[in-house]
Formats: sequence, C-alpha cells, structure tokens
Amino acid sequence: MGDYFVLAISSIFINNILLAQYLGNCPFLGTSKKMETAVGMGMAVIFVLVMAGIITWITNTFFLVKFDLEYLRTVVFILVIASLVQFVEMFLKKSIPALYAGLGIFLPLITTNCAVMGVCLILVNEEYNFMQALVASFCYAVGFALALILFAGVRERILLARVPTPLQDTSIALVTAGILSLTFFAFKGMV
Amino acid sequence: MIEALLLMLGLGGTCAAVLSIASRVFYVWEDPRIAEVEGFLAGANCGGCGYPGCAAAAVAVVDGKAPPSVCMVGGPESAANVAAVMGVDPGSAEALRSLNTCLGGHRAEDKYHYLGVQSCGALANMFGGKRVCSIGCLGLGDCIKSCIFDAIKMGPDGYPVVIESKCVGCGACEKACPKNILTVRTMSERLLEFNQEDAALAPCRQTCPAEINIPQYIAQIRSGDYEGAVHTIRERNPLLLSCGRVCPHPCEDYCRRGIEDEPVSINQLKRFAADIEMDSGKRYPIPCAPDTGREVAVIGGGPAGLSCAYFLRRLGHSVTIFDMMPELGGMIRYGIPEYRLPKKVLEWEIEGILNLGIESRTNVRFGRDFDMHSLAEEGFEAVFIGVGAWSDYRLKAEGEDLEGCYTGIDFLTKYAINQQTGQEIYKIPIGRKCVVIGGGNTAIDCVRTLIRLGAEEVSIVYRRTRKEMPANAVEIDAAEHEGVKFHFLAAPVRVIGDEQGRVTQLEYLEMKLGEPDASGRRRPVPIEGSETLMNIDMLITAIGQGPDMSFVKEDSSLEDLSVTRWNTIEADPEILQSNIPKIFTAGDSYTGASLVIEAIGGGRRAARAIHLYLTEEEIKPVPKSLLKKHIPESLFEHVEGIKPKARAKMPELPVTERIKSFAESDLVLQQKDALAEAERCLNCCRICYDPDADVA
Repeated sequence: MGDYFVLAISSIFINNILLAQYLGNCPFLGTSKKMETAVGMGMAVIFVLVMAGIITWITNTFFLVKFDLEYLRTVVFILVIASLVQFVEMFLKKSIPALYAGLGIFLPLITTNCAVMGVCLILVNEEYNFMQALVASFCYAVGFALALILFAGVRERILLARVPTPLQDTSIALVTAGILSLTFFAFKGMV
Repeated sequence: MIEALLLMLGLGGTCAAVLSIASRVFYVWEDPRIAEVEGFLAGANCGGCGYPGCAAAAVAVVDGKAPPSVCMVGGPESAANVAAVMGVDPGSAEALRSLNTCLGGHRAEDKYHYLGVQSCGALANMFGGKRVCSIGCLGLGDCIKSCIFDAIKMGPDGYPVVIESKCVGCGACEKACPKNILTVRTMSERLLEFNQEDAALAPCRQTCPAEINIPQYIAQIRSGDYEGAVHTIRERNPLLLSCGRVCPHPCEDYCRRGIEDEPVSINQLKRFAADIEMDSGKRYPIPCAPDTGREVAVIGGGPAGLSCAYFLRRLGHSVTIFDMMPELGGMIRYGIPEYRLPKKVLEWEIEGILNLGIESRTNVRFGRDFDMHSLAEEGFEAVFIGVGAWSDYRLKAEGEDLEGCYTGIDFLTKYAINQQTGQEIYKIPIGRKCVVIGGGNTAIDCVRTLIRLGAEEVSIVYRRTRKEMPANAVEIDAAEHEGVKFHFLAAPVRVIGDEQGRVTQLEYLEMKLGEPDASGRRRPVPIEGSETLMNIDMLITAIGQGPDMSFVKEDSSLEDLSVTRWNTIEADPEILQSNIPKIFTAGDSYTGASLVIEAIGGGRRAARAIHLYLTEEEIKPVPKSLLKKHIPESLFEHVEGIKPKARAKMPELPVTERIKSFAESDLVLQQKDALAEAERCLNCCRICYDPDADVA
C-alpha cells in the first residue's frame, strides 16, 4: 500500500507531467486562459489518460513484448490512442450525452496530446505491473489537471497585473510557467 | 519483419473493425443539415460566435437557435450558403449590431489618477474605474482589442465608436467591456429595451414617458442626419408627427439647460424632423422582424393601440386593430381639434403604421360587434385593450341636462365627425355667450374650437387659479390671445334654464384657496354667500373623463376582469397584464385620462409583455426598471458653463388670422432655427454634458 502512496505522490507532484516533464505544452498554454476551460480539459484528460494507460499497457505486454516488437511501440501507441479517443467519443455521445456535452470539445484535442502519449511510454519504460500502471496513469492525469488549474488561476490574476508590453500574453505565461515549475522541483527531495 | 507487418495489419484491421462496429452501434441520428452547415462555416473553431467550436455552432443553426450569419469569420458568403441549406432568406435573420451607449469620454472627470495596466478590465476592479461616472466608458479600449473585424476605433472624444458597416455583431466587444456599455442587440431587442437605473440616460430621457433617446436625435439633427433622427424617434414613438404637435413635453421640464437658461425646445425639434419626412413625399423604410405567425387583437385604435400594434408588428407578430369609430386615431383624431393636429397629417402618420402590414377593422364596438369569444375563435392569442377614456365626468349639479349643455369630449367628438364627414346629425348649434367649465386641455380645446366657430364671448370657469390649471401653459396663453375670458376661483353650483328648457344662466360660488390637498395643489374653499349669476346660452362641462367600461358587462368572459375604483383596468404597472392572462392594457383605459405620450410609452411596454407572452417566456418586469423615476445623481442644482441663448420661438399664425379658421395655428421651425436650437442641446448623459463652447 505504501508503495502505491509513493507512486501517487511521485506521479502527481515530483514527476508532474506538465511542470517537471514539460510534456503537453500546447494544452497547458492553450486551455489555461479561463478557469472553466481548464477544469473541463483537466477532467477530460483524467478520463482519457486512465483508459489509454490501461489499453497501451495491455497492448505492450500481450503483443509487443510477446512478439519482440518493442521497436514498433511509438507507432502502435499512436494508432491505439487515436482509435480509443474516437471510440470513447462515439460511446459517450450515445450512452452518456451529459458527459459528452461537458467534455465534447476537449476530447478531439486529446487525440494529439503528447502528455497522454508520454505517460503511456513512461508506464512501459518504468516496467510497472497492471495495478501500478492504472494508479500511475490516473495520478499523472490528476497532476496534469492540478497544474493546469493552478496555472489558469495564476493567469486570471496576471490579467490584472501590470505587464510590460513586450512580455504580455504568451511570454508572461511562459515565464510564469517556469516559476511554477521551479516550485514543483522543490518536491524532488520528498521521495 | 513478417511478424511486424502482421501485427500492424492486425492491429490496424482491429481498430478499423472496432470503430466501424462502434459507429454502427453507437450511431446517433443527426440532422444531415448539421454536416452541410458545418461545411460552410470557417472551420477555425475560434469561438467568436459564442459556441464551443464550429460543430456546436452548426447544431445551433439547425436548431434555429442561431442565425445563418452566426459565423463571424465566414462573413456574408458563409451566411448566404448556410441560409441556402436552411432554406431561409439570409436577409430575414435579424442582424446584430454593436452600439456604444456612453457619450462621456474625455468630458467625464477623473476621480483619481490611474497608472496601472492599460486595460479596462483591470481598471474596473479598482473602485469601478477612475471616472467619476459610475457607469461610463473607461476609455482604455478593451473592446477595440477584442474586435477582430476592426469595427471599433477610438473616437476623438475619448470613447470608442462602432463602425456600423464593419460590425458583424459577434459580441466580442460586449464580453470585453467591463461596464456593459457596448451592447450587441438585434432591432427587436432594442425595441424592447426600457430605461434602467444603471443606464446612461440624460434627465430628459428619464422623464419622457415613451423613453425616446432625445440627446441622440437632437445630435442627429445637429449633424444634418434627419432620417437618422426620425429612425431614433421611431424606435420609441410611432406617432412623431402628432406628438411633435400636441405633446406637452414633460422632458423639457427636466432639461439640464433649463436649470440656468430656457430649456431646449425638444418637441419642436421632434416636429421639425418629422415634418421633413412628411414633406419629402417619401417614407423612410421601417424594418420589421421576420414573421412569427402569432396573432394579436388590439382593441382601440388610439395612441396606445397604434403604438402597441406598431411595436408588435415590428417584432414580427400579426396585428389587427379594432375600433368603434369610423377612422383610426382615437382621441387624437376625435378629441384634438383640427387647428392643433390637422387630420391630413394624422392620416399620413396612421397610413405609415398600417403600411407595415397591420389590419384594421373600424366601426366595430367591443362587447357589441365582437367579444373575447369571437376573438379567440378567430385565432387571436392575446388581446390588448386600449379603449381610452371617452366618458365625460358629470358636474352632478342641477340643470346640467338642459338644452345647450354639453360635455367636453362629446362636444369635440361630435364636432370632429361633423367636420370630417359633414353629417348633419352631428352638427352642434353654437351659442353667443359660451362657458366652458374645467381647467384641463379638453376645456382649452373646447374654448379655442368655440372661438373658431364664431361664438361672441367664450369664457372658462375654473374653481382654482391659473397656476393650478392642468392644461399646457402654451395652450392657456394661446387661448387668452385668442380672446377667451377666464373666471378663476369660481365653482358652478346650478344651471338655470327658461320655460323652453334652454340654458340661460349659470350660478357659481366664489372661492378662495385653502390648505394644499393630496395632489399638492391648494384646495379651493367656497366663500359663503358669494353666489353669482352669469348669463349664458351654451355650457360645456369639461371636468375630466374616464374609461367607458360598459363592454365588461356585455361579455360574460370578462366577468372576472378586475377594474379599479376609477373605472380603469387593473394591471401591474411594469407588465400591464390584467388578471386575465391574455388581456393586456395601456393608455387612458389603464391610467385614466392622461397624455398621448404616456399612452405611446404604455403601448410599447404592453407590446413587450405580449411579445414575452407569445414567445412563452416568463413575463418578468424589466430588471432595475426606472419607470419614470429619476436617477438622483443625474439631477443637478446648478450647471456650470452655460451661456444663456434664447430658445427658438414657436412660429404661429397671427391671432386675427387663426381664429377665423381651423388652419394649423402652430407652425414648424425653419431649418436654420432648428439647427440653432439643436446647438443649444448640451448632449447630456447621466452626469456628463457639453458646456457651451464659448464659455471657458
């Protein structure tokens, strides 16, 4: 049990996918202007990442490793994740229209999200077992949502601050992201 | 190598199979037009239309929630293509237009010096902004930055100006503006707006019962845009020619210039603009919203009914007006004499309103020729009752039914019918020594009519003094110039006749003014033993009038209609809906005898409620409604920077000429006088105004 706790802490804070690994930069900047969008995107990522983590872990263990085809990992994962997102979108539209209405516009964005791809590859590299992969993918996604929501809050405040003209908008956002990232590096000594 | 190929083929095949099965299993029927419409949208997913992405916008278009012109990037081409898919005319969807309501800009004073970010959003968080005005433009141009069409620029006066030809109505500026000054509205939405406590309103605009945007139309006259001025007035008042002639202009009492100088002659300017349209021989086009197919019956073709019908028609509903008289116009046709409002002018004005596609049925009386039941059978979903106040109050004195005694409205109506149709039965024999009892506009109309009909001596008997007379001051002056005698502080007690039953004398008591009563006017008290006799041969009682509600008794479905003790229909002042939900009211039948402009404003308010009723929305009062109250901070004790300039004199026919005929006695301003008068306007807003240029 203790192992899982450590795993969770390390996935959420220490190896935060956005601020420590610096993956998923485009949604991090693109959907963090408003709290509302940030929350929507965060929830969609949690949902998709857990499913993608499981399915890529299964694909990897039962096909790629078995047939010694690990060198095809990247291309196979892209195919699997893209199909999965399409499938989930269709499923939600039919079966859970309320959830579809909430996550609808974010789902297609995740198809090409490097954070999702990155986590799937990390799970394999770290040689997690199934339960570990499940917990880790969920916690990485929670870390993603957490960082995104924190950042959206900061950006909403930046609007009210006096920013020198050359640094306005994206520049100040990147500077802020850097500082935020530094604060997350403080977790490094924890585990 | 073989395994790799096999795996990829297998995986690809599996994914394809799963997805194709899923697309069958999880198939949701979608209107095929959604995909077609989406194809014509820009595909940029910019969100400028207010929907999350182009797909959502396409769904909204197909659901009828968004107009074909929804895509702000695609422009008119996209709108035309989408409209073709939807099978509608792209022109029929109402265009949204952005409008800046603040005229403050640099002239609004700063309450502190601001050195922060150059953004209105940030500034608004600091005590609501640096400007003294709590609602005004902050002038840092967040709206300009938000507009991707370059349709807003900073004007020379320090507030943003919308370039109408470039605006697509995307609403980005409305969202960007922290002060709600930039508003994106369709024409219908503008027609349904009412004065609100937090709006940018000049004192005149707060006072006008019809809520006309007075500073705007005066500014348009000043810049020579007479057509624009007419359109501005028509957004609130369809009877501009009539009001330009007969309105007692309560707005002028609150004119800010009037605090230090004579007020601007607002009403003469209205008449000036309105007359230009009429004299030009063509009508400026009046846009209407697309037809809704909902039918409304308007009972009473007077100012309230015409106003209500006009606004409902512009909102796209089908309207039929029913009137008991042979022609539409109500009290302004039959109560206001020819010399104040020529019938030719009124006919031109009413024709313009009916031209919008309003049907009318005249010579039909509610309760006798049709009732609620027959209206429902014909498919009318809502009914507006604006039957006016046609029933004269009685003197309740002995002898008032003698031959030669008449009541005010009855006299004016009969005379008007006789004058308009020449029917002999409506001809009234005119006496030599005539007396009119009363101090209101009806009394003045009666005396001025009698003078023109050749009565030798015409007097007004009124129980208070000239100061308390409710009639318009200009009318009282005009009557005096025309030779009318006034007997103030005289209360009639008895009418005396001869053996043939003809009126010969009027007995009255002299009065003196006592303590103020509920209306704030000093109450007249009789002086004991002051009975005086006056020789007369014609008497008209014009002491007020109320609605004739006899139709309530004639129609069983109106049994429950609640009527006040003043015999008016009871309704909420905000929504004007009676206790029977489909019946709405306004005008004199709701307020009791009142002003034309009051009826016009009421007609529009009722039109709003009927529109909400028909579109099955909840009929809520206007939020933060001002309803003729004033905004305290906009009323000043003193006004700085005013250099007195004489008010334009109303041109009128010479007295000797006008008492001989019913030719219109008040004339229209000359163009140069009108422009000079428009220059006198301070272009006020809530607390800002333009001081006179030549005063430092």
